[in-house]
Amino acid sequence: MSYDIQKIRSWFPVLSQQVFNKPLVYFDNAASTQKPVQVLNALQKLHNEFYGNIHRAAHYMADKTTLEFEAVRDKVKDFINAGSREEIIFTKGTTESANLVAASYGEQFLTRGSEIIVSEMEHHSNIVPWQLVALNKGAKIVKLPVSESGELQTGLLPELINSKTRLISVTHVSNVLGTINPIKQIIETAHVRNIPVFIDGAQAVQHIPVDVQELDADFYAFSAHKMYGPNGVGVLYGKKKWLEQLPPYQGGGEMISEVTFEKTTFSEIPFKFEAGTPNITGVAAFGAAIDLLQEIGLDNISAWEHDLLEYATSRLKGINGLKIFGEAPKKSGVISFLIDEIHPFDIGALLDKMGVAVRTGHHCADPLMKFYNIPGTIRASFGIYNTKDEIDLFMDSLKRAKELLN
Amino acid sequence: MTIEDVQQEIIEEFSVYEDWMDKYGYLIDLGNQLEDLDPKEKTDQNLIKGCQSRVWLVAEKNNGKLQFKGESDAVIVKGLVALLLRVVSDRTPKEIAENELHFIDDLGLKQHLSPTRANGLLAMVKQIKLYAVAYNRLETEGGK
Repeated sequence: MSYDIQKIRSWFPVLSQQVFNKPLVYFDNAASTQKPVQVLNALQKLHNEFYGNIHRAAHYMADKTTLEFEAVRDKVKDFINAGSREEIIFTKGTTESANLVAASYGEQFLTRGSEIIVSEMEHHSNIVPWQLVALNKGAKIVKLPVSESGELQTGLLPELINSKTRLISVTHVSNVLGTINPIKQIIETAHVRNIPVFIDGAQAVQHIPVDVQELDADFYAFSAHKMYGPNGVGVLYGKKKWLEQLPPYQGGGEMISEVTFEKTTFSEIPFKFEAGTPNITGVAAFGAAIDLLQEIGLDNISAWEHDLLEYATSRLKGINGLKIFGEAPKKSGVISFLIDEIHPFDIGALLDKMGVAVRTGHHCADPLMKFYNIPGTIRASFGIYNTKDEIDLFMDSLKRAKELLN
Repeated sequence: MTIEDVQQEIIEEFSVYEDWMDKYGYLIDLGNQLEDLDPKEKTDQNLIKGCQSRVWLVAEKNNGKLQFKGESDAVIVKGLVALLLRVVSDRTPKEIAENELHFIDDLGLKQHLSPTRANGLLAMVKQIKLYAVAYNRLETEGGK
């Protein structure tokens, strides 16, 4: 299939605006993506036509809403090729998914002296939940180090794993470096010792095809708002055998089977982990985002974005004094860089006024910034609607910013 | 000149620049011209942490007036620091405590004062006010 960029861009009217009298170039997709008309329409449709609370009432409105909501669970299952729909839990986002696993798995399986291996390139949201539970349980976080090129030193894993290791937590794709980690190999290594692996997929599922069964991942988390879906919706995939062993994360309605004041029995998975009324309309609209990604095809998206990455990388390398952080052979559409001694904030502020939206700062990955000994980076991250013409505009703006700051 | 006069003067200086890049160019010039702090003054105590960039602020009271020095690792922020210092330095605590620092907002640079994930500038404005209010209270209570 040819990649119909004009058609895709037409789904995102927000992109055709001008900011500060300059055409908008949105290169902050790793932070959050824009929302297509399909998603906005789905949000409206539910509210306009048949909104009710799910799983509870026996009336037309609630039944229709429940069907819509549960249909998205099936869509997510197919999207990542999960073994069953019960393995898909809706959360607020990747952060909540990580917190859920850290709290529930930690409660069940961590004791004093237990160890959790966490990679050095993680987003804070895949570090702090483990630190919290480790503190609570007297467990220890062990670092899986990163190399200068921005790759995980997976060769060290057999040494890091020991009889106290209870879980390994790694990101699929780095939000700073774009590195696509060899998670299949990491999972294989861990499984030899019967250790489960949690994968932060927040920067992966919108860029590359993901098959959780093929990867044999134990837990896999991601957020709708980074995949052209609404805010406040996320997914936790967990293997049935693990989810069934874990205690509930939060208490409330929906997650119970029977409540007396003495004792409560809990629902089956996935409902055991979905206390309270979830983001019903958000989940429904998330279904539209998944449809859209499937319509274009993850292989096509991956190829398109890889092309953008290669083009941008080669053009950036033409700028004197520019250093790219993250030069792994397998990368997704994320480029982090610095120019000379210029502070990233200064470049970001000037790019903004030229209509270019990038992210500057530490990207919620302080340990990685410490590893490189830098205050932060400028990060350009691409999405399905970005073009080489936009990269050209970005380059012109970047050169102008450099001139002003040198 | 009062604090208000200096703020108006700055607003006027910026009014000649129509283009955003020119405004920022001017800020960059100001940032580059601002004298660096003595490395010894760049202590953790004087550091105001921001998510994007860092700002250091040093306050001293001489002859009844507050003297401020400051720096940032980002030159645009340093330019804004230079403007702030021009407005508040060599003023009595009472003047600083009683005047609103509105010029950054008026210049359309308010985004640099966003409360979260910002560049330490808002914290710096607050810190300056805090020093002034504290010294002012000391003076009035001391005078009783």
